[in-house]
Amino acid sequence: MNKEYLMGNGAIALGALKAGVKVCAGYPGTPSSEIIENIVKYKSPEVYAEWSVNEKAALEVAAAAAYSGARTLVTMKQVGLNVASDPLMSLAYVGVKGGMVVVVADDPGPISSQTEQDTRVFAEYARIPVFDPSSPEEAFEMIQQAFDCSEKYHTPVIFRPTTRVCHAYASVEFDGAEPRPYEGFVKDSKKWVIFPRLSFMNHEMIEKRNPEIAEDFSDSALNFARGSGKKAVFASGVSYAYAKEFLKNREDVVLAKISTPHPFPEKFALSVLENVEEALCFEELSPYIEQNLLKIAGKHHLPVKIFGKTTGNGKLSGENSADIAEEIIGEFLGEKRAEKRDFSDMPKLPVRPPVLCAGCPHRASFYAVKTAMSGKKAIFCGDIGCYTLGNAMPLDMTDTCLCMGAGITMAQGFARVEKDTTCFAFVGDSTFFASGMTGVVNAVYNRANMILCVLDNSTTAMTGHQPHPGTGKNLMDDITSRVDLTKVLEGIGVAKIVTVNPLNLDEAVKAVKECAALDGVKAIIFKSPCIAVEKSAKKMRVDESCVMCETCINEIGCPALSAGNAGISIDATLCTGCGLCAQICPVNAIKPVGGDTNG
Amino acid sequence: MDKSILLCGVGGQGTVLASKLIAAAFMQAGEVVHSAETIGMAQRGGSVTSHVRIGENAFSPLIPSKTADLILAFEPAEAVRNLPLLKENGAVIANSVPVKPVNDMSYNGAEAVDYLKRRVKNAIIVDAEELCREFGSSKFFNIAILGVACGAKKLGLSREQILGEIEKRVPKKYLEQNIAAFQKGEQIGESYAAE
Ligand code: SF4
Ligand code: SF4
Repeated sequence: MNKEYLMGNGAIALGALKAGVKVCAGYPGTPSSEIIENIVKYKSPEVYAEWSVNEKAALEVAAAAAYSGARTLVTMKQVGLNVASDPLMSLAYVGVKGGMVVVVADDPGPISSQTEQDTRVFAEYARIPVFDPSSPEEAFEMIQQAFDCSEKYHTPVIFRPTTRVCHAYASVEFDGAEPRPYEGFVKDSKKWVIFPRLSFMNHEMIEKRNPEIAEDFSDSALNFARGSGKKAVFASGVSYAYAKEFLKNREDVVLAKISTPHPFPEKFALSVLENVEEALCFEELSPYIEQNLLKIAGKHHLPVKIFGKTTGNGKLSGENSADIAEEIIGEFLGEKRAEKRDFSDMPKLPVRPPVLCAGCPHRASFYAVKTAMSGKKAIFCGDIGCYTLGNAMPLDMTDTCLCMGAGITMAQGFARVEKDTTCFAFVGDSTFFASGMTGVVNAVYNRANMILCVLDNSTTAMTGHQPHPGTGKNLMDDITSRVDLTKVLEGIGVAKIVTVNPLNLDEAVKAVKECAALDGVKAIIFKSPCIAVEKSAKKMRVDESCVMCETCINEIGCPALSAGNAGISIDATLCTGCGLCAQICPVNAIKPVGGDTNG
Repeated sequence: MDKSILLCGVGGQGTVLASKLIAAAFMQAGEVVHSAETIGMAQRGGSVTSHVRIGENAFSPLIPSKTADLILAFEPAEAVRNLPLLKENGAVIANSVPVKPVNDMSYNGAEAVDYLKRRVKNAIIVDAEELCREFGSSKFFNIAILGVACGAKKLGLSREQILGEIEKRVPKKYLEQNIAAFQKGEQIGESYAAE
């Protein structure tokens, strides 16, 4: 047996491979991205994996393979499920033949997301089963059971780890695996074509089936309780791990684990609730278990008291932790809290909002637009990616950020109501392909007035540098046809398209001014590679002619620049020699190290 | 063995590699290891932590308050920020060189260093810039700090154990410099242990 030490996402990938998955598709999104990457690392040549253009595409690619009987895996983060919800809701009615597991990683905190939506609730809404692992080791085993469940009931199932499971590391044993044999597509339009009649019938079938699955789940070893006494703690996901750690020496409390939140294992929960006086639900995001226990207690007229988020015994937002377990479970058990060490004398610590890397071309693009528009009315619509960080001071160049691709369409909306205002949309290349293109069609079709700024750094940077349609690479091929951004924009009918190197400040400013003077839909492609991918050996330094005006510090916010008693300095380990600071220094005090030039 | 080690710093400082090396070395020694990393937005210059937990009794990925045996801090304010995790008499090894956030040039790390010295018995404070000067980049600090911890006998691993993993996991091109950085750190650690 080969022991691999890997992150939860790796364990999920290995579990899927062991279950005989054949087709894997996903769209990158923290905390889910490394699942597909690990599939690629460990798969046999017979397994197909792709980064799809977005989550909807991924789910549809996999659905077809599952119709043919192959086992399929789809991966995304929680907000990705909003994009994929159209096919998923219908697929829940149609069903599948091969096991299909949709991994949707939730992000309590949120640590790297727009929302704290709870995918357990989504699964209930879609009427499909959901599995909720609490550790990488468990995820490895559980996803195999998820495939079995999917195949047994011919339904897609959701597998829902959270960030702390995805990004926790543990050892898993894996020996390689081949895809399972599958039958192939059997045509049957009564089965695979969704019509109102089919939906009506299958809806009834699903509502009859779900209690059966709940019964299965109640009998499954996945949901279990240990300990005894008059109080029970119900927990799921990583919260179970915190609860288990807090209660490790306590036999006088029942600890019940809910691994399959939907269809809720009612019989199992009832067997616990019947024997206790009080139950606490320790969970993240929605009070999901809590509501289910309340329902069960009501239905069976149990005298048990249920505590949780709705009774003030749980955080309404954010993630749980070992300390929160101590606080909430401790209080429930009537324990005196252990003394905290006193750190009230701690000095004021710097706040560290994330910032664009030193030398990031996005900084230069934002700065060029800011310079060109200074003194004029403008609105800057941002989007999802590294460049959302353009909101930070001193750049302050992101006025809105809603969801993937929204900046492009929001810029159009602003232009309808904000007079004499130039409306900009900033979008990364990966986001553009994922969900920006239709927004540009909307702009051209409806004769909008806007400037589209595509920040083209030839990668999906924020999630760990995945390839996308514009890069000329995919997961299976080193070379594939590259979808040309300019041609796409031309094809859609954008009349004015300029491509500039943002690190050439004068030229970039000129391009922005030129576009701002025109009516209609204009596009500027700011093209320069992500410096985290194309490392540069160049460096800049500040020489004696520096007059300490601090323009560089106050204007662009590059983390390599700092001001101290000894004057302005450039951190040589961070600086990439991008030259942006040198171009704005009023006295030309910033020069390349070793005399090499950079424009 | 039950042991918890917290690594902390600012995104981009190389804490992840250091934590992987520690985890791998303990696994090689036959221990059960769990760890957790900060991945995502915060990797762009935010506060990051790596939690390494060794032993059968660690069920959850994050180190609970007051239980860390050792904090390896790549930045002084980050060491202070994470002190609530340190157990009574736990050890701290911290870099004294501050990372200034782009919007707060007034922060210089001095207060944080003072606080560490005051609150932590035997805090080991090292100047990463000075330590790494001969290697031409503070990027080697992530290996050097392992040397300090090893030399000061705080890591729970022998030098052979940790060097073995460094040799396996560090790109050949930089191996020699990394080993030298480790050794330099080790000397500093040893001199603290002797005091
Ligand atoms: S050249 Fe200036 S702006 Fe560019 S990375 Fe170096 S310090 Fe930052
Ligand atoms: S990873 Fe690339 S795109 Fe993201 S902030 Fe850094 S340089 Fe910019």
